[in-house]
Amino acid sequence: MFLIRKPCQIHSNQLCAPDNTMEKEGICKFKQLFSYLGCFLRKFMFSILSVGPIPDHIAFIMDGNRRFAKKRHLLEGDGHKAGYESLISILNYCYQLGVKYITVYAFSIENFKRQPEEVQLLMDLMVEKIEDLLRNGSIVDKYGMRLYFVGNLGLLSSTVRAAAEKAMQATAHNSRAVLLICVAYTSSNEMVHAVNQAIRKNEFDSVEEEHIEKVPMIKINDIKRHMYMSVAPDPDIVIRSSGETRLSNFLLWQTAYSPLYSPTALWPEISIWHLIWVVLDFQRKYAYLQKKRKQP
Amino acid sequence: MSYSNNMVAADNSEKPVAWTTQANNIAHQLLWLIIHVIINIFFFLLGIVDTLESHLISSGVLKKYEAINVEKLHYLAIVVDSEDVQKMKVLQLLQWLADIGVKHVCLYDTEGVLKKSKEIILEKLSFVKLFEEGDENFSDPRVMSLEFASQSDGKDALARAANLLFMKHLKLRSLGDTQEEKIFTEAHMVEALKDVGSSGPEPDLLLVYGPARCHLGFPAWRLRYTEIVHMGPLNSMKYGSLLKAIYNFTLIRQNYGQ
Repeated sequence: MFLIRKPCQIHSNQLCAPDNTMEKEGICKFKQLFSYLGCFLRKFMFSILSVGPIPDHIAFIMDGNRRFAKKRHLLEGDGHKAGYESLISILNYCYQLGVKYITVYAFSIENFKRQPEEVQLLMDLMVEKIEDLLRNGSIVDKYGMRLYFVGNLGLLSSTVRAAAEKAMQATAHNSRAVLLICVAYTSSNEMVHAVNQAIRKNEFDSVEEEHIEKVPMIKINDIKRHMYMSVAPDPDIVIRSSGETRLSNFLLWQTAYSPLYSPTALWPEISIWHLIWVVLDFQRKYAYLQKKRKQP
Repeated sequence: MSYSNNMVAADNSEKPVAWTTQANNIAHQLLWLIIHVIINIFFFLLGIVDTLESHLISSGVLKKYEAINVEKLHYLAIVVDSEDVQKMKVLQLLQWLADIGVKHVCLYDTEGVLKKSKEIILEKLSFVKLFEEGDENFSDPRVMSLEFASQSDGKDALARAANLLFMKHLKLRSLGDTQEEKIFTEAHMVEALKDVGSSGPEPDLLLVYGPARCHLGFPAWRLRYTEIVHMGPLNSMKYGSLLKAIYNFTLIRQNYGQ
């Protein structure tokens, strides 16, 4: 099932600017043909993959932007910009494949301990890219995407927090696809926040009770309901780029039955082939994972 | 979400179209099957290569695995799929770990099958003792400390800790201490988890023995920076692969987000 049914010609026609010289036109036509073929092959590949189960929710840990910048002798900021381009690319592939929920680990609470210049750079990049996403014709429009900013938003500066809240409000009516961006997030912070909220809710409900013993106990579902991530189902797959094999305080509560994949490619180098490989492996393990999830 | 769900049953006037879409569906399904057969063959061959490598490692041919800096591994966790638990295999695995020099191990399975076999395991192995709080800071060369964990130490424990904090909060309220909104922090959470008896140390390395690389509900609070490595089914566990996994761990360098 495809969320986007635009024919491949329209994709490739957008590649050439109207004011081309004769020489450039030749290269342009070649680029168009290449893009058309690529688009067609991708759709064909996805249509075969769709014979089997497609994950509903994929989570990405976008690791390796700084290493990419070092490797290519770029400025550190350019590594993060390349990372953003890679994200848009992956979002396109995932939504075309039929994945509904995508979560990305954009900024951890631990990342605040980095050099202030880098933190500021990332915050500025985030505000700039939020503006881009809210423009007409962006990927948000293309897929009817709803944006969520997940984390302890109170730790962000007022500019970033305002941009995030604006984006969430502006896309609140969308429902075809969902993008959850984890900023100022750690799983331990999320769990403590959920416990605090559950306590407050239970306390509110128990105001009439005089005896502490009669007060209802907090259950696992009460905590689960107050998690930042309760707006989405648990992820089916977690993909961490750069070959690192840990979760780094990301979705620890939600990933009991989510296989973790660690392709060695750095985040800006992640390609459609990594995604296809991960989905194929997920399909091999699907029966086992479904059985595990259904157990009490 | 199968591709073939897109094709709705055709009426009489669309019969020729339905035939071609049927053929299209079958072609797609066939291609999908072929791709999966090729992948399974690939993993089978990979399995043979791994077995070969494991034999080379255990027989000492690959020299680099002989001297492992096992002191770097402070705490090791083993996650086993509850349905795959075989006592003999687990005992063998613990023996291997002791030979390698691992000092502190946590055995986890969702259902608690390993917990139920705690007595038998402790009895059968002379070099193990039950883990006690604070053990991770000491290292007795003759003894390996063993912790048993299950689902009840994961989300259940967090709920019990939450209730402890809730009771504390209500008691404070009933004593009239309502000047400020009491917000519990991560430090309070850690204390509460200790009080409900589920506060083991964070493993450096977690080895998953099962069909997929999932932590199967290992206590979330203890997994923050744990390296998670997939070892395959417990049935086909190999000493060489174990050595390789621990060796690879000792080479890792973490930034912890900074």
